[in-house]
Amino acid sequence: MNFGYYPGCALHGSSDDYEQSIRACLGALGIKLEEIDDWICCGATAAHSLNHKLAIALPARNLALAQRQGCAEMLAPCPMCSGQLLRAGQALASDAALRSEISSIVEAEVNDGPRVLNIIQVFERVGLKALSDAVTKPLKDLKPACYYGCLLVRPPAVVGFDDAEQPQSMEAVVAALGAKPVDWNYKTECCGAGMTMASPETVLELSGKILANAAAHGANCLVAACPMCHVNLDMKQAAIQEYSGARYDLPVYYLTDVVGMALGLSASELGADRHFVLAREA
Amino acid sequence: MAGRMDAPPTKVVRLVQLGQWDAAMRVESIWQCVSCQTCSARCPKLVDCAGVMDALRQLAFERGAASPAGRAVMVFQRAFLENIRRYGRLNEIDLIARFKGEVFLKSRSLAFLFRDAGLAGQLHKRRKLHLTGEKVRDRAVVERIFERAGAGGAA
Repeated sequence: MNFGYYPGCALHGSSDDYEQSIRACLGALGIKLEEIDDWICCGATAAHSLNHKLAIALPARNLALAQRQGCAEMLAPCPMCSGQLLRAGQALASDAALRSEISSIVEAEVNDGPRVLNIIQVFERVGLKALSDAVTKPLKDLKPACYYGCLLVRPPAVVGFDDAEQPQSMEAVVAALGAKPVDWNYKTECCGAGMTMASPETVLELSGKILANAAAHGANCLVAACPMCHVNLDMKQAAIQEYSGARYDLPVYYLTDVVGMALGLSASELGADRHFVLAREA
Repeated sequence: MAGRMDAPPTKVVRLVQLGQWDAAMRVESIWQCVSCQTCSARCPKLVDCAGVMDALRQLAFERGAASPAGRAVMVFQRAFLENIRRYGRLNEIDLIARFKGEVFLKSRSLAFLFRDAGLAGQLHKRRKLHLTGEKVRDRAVVERIFERAGAGGAA
């Protein structure tokens, strides 16, 4: 199985533990990733807040580069990136005038861009039965709170994935690994997202509620699929504990970490030893 | 998220419907908004409330009507775009330096300047601190895209 691959800036920056995890995990499943040559930033929150045209043009350039590379399906593991790519693709598909304007802005023809996939959809493509058959170390002791955050499932008209209020796709993946996902209330609440720098208290408060709810429902870890969520819940966990006075010590895994561990990969192969909150030795 | 706001998204949208733009631009919620898209996803009338928040932020900033908290958010986002215009991909160290520098020049707050400074060592220990960020090869095309999108110098 081959997919085009749009890493996005976070996965080539301080969240490169996520890329390490993705490459190790998908490699073990025999999936090849073809990185989009000379990809550029999707513009993220800054572009959609400040300049609507740029928020379409930056992702559009990447869709055109992917198309030029002959890529039919492209994994964009960061939900911010995948959301912006999907949004731009839809705007261009429904408006011929915009398509020709944007094509000249980005100096590349965008016709039929690739289908953009999130990481859960890649596991669905592998098939949960096939995934379960590949497990060599069932995660019997893992009780994860599967955390979707905002952009994997919202806005539903753009992402068209799972259920915006009560998603279950990540639970299905971790259950196929032998883990026992907990029922909890905060799986689609926001962690504070890109406010980490500009408004740190927002992150401490929102991410604090997520950790508290996961702990209250008996989770012994969180599983996330977004680099920003991971930064807020893992790197900021010590600051959150100081702010709220509560103690959680909950490891936060990327979804590819837990799949990789069930396939027999070690924490250091997956980069999970580079997280801030580490699992206690069993 | 609405629980933290001085005016929930419904009220912001109502102000816009009534044409009370100045009042809408003065609510603090447009700066507290984290673009989580919950209001857009739940609106029974299919109003893209999060998109309305984007538009109000843009207007408030252009008209100099942003509150101090709002200015910090905008300074960060402008520094982010400037960074992309220059390198094509995000350079985290450069972004943090510019954001901190600009806010410090206005606030003169040393506490702000050195907040989270301790994280650098911890990131380094985890091989997460990359002093030289990536650059795309074709930076000229990125510059031209910004120019044509009307974000050349303003970004």
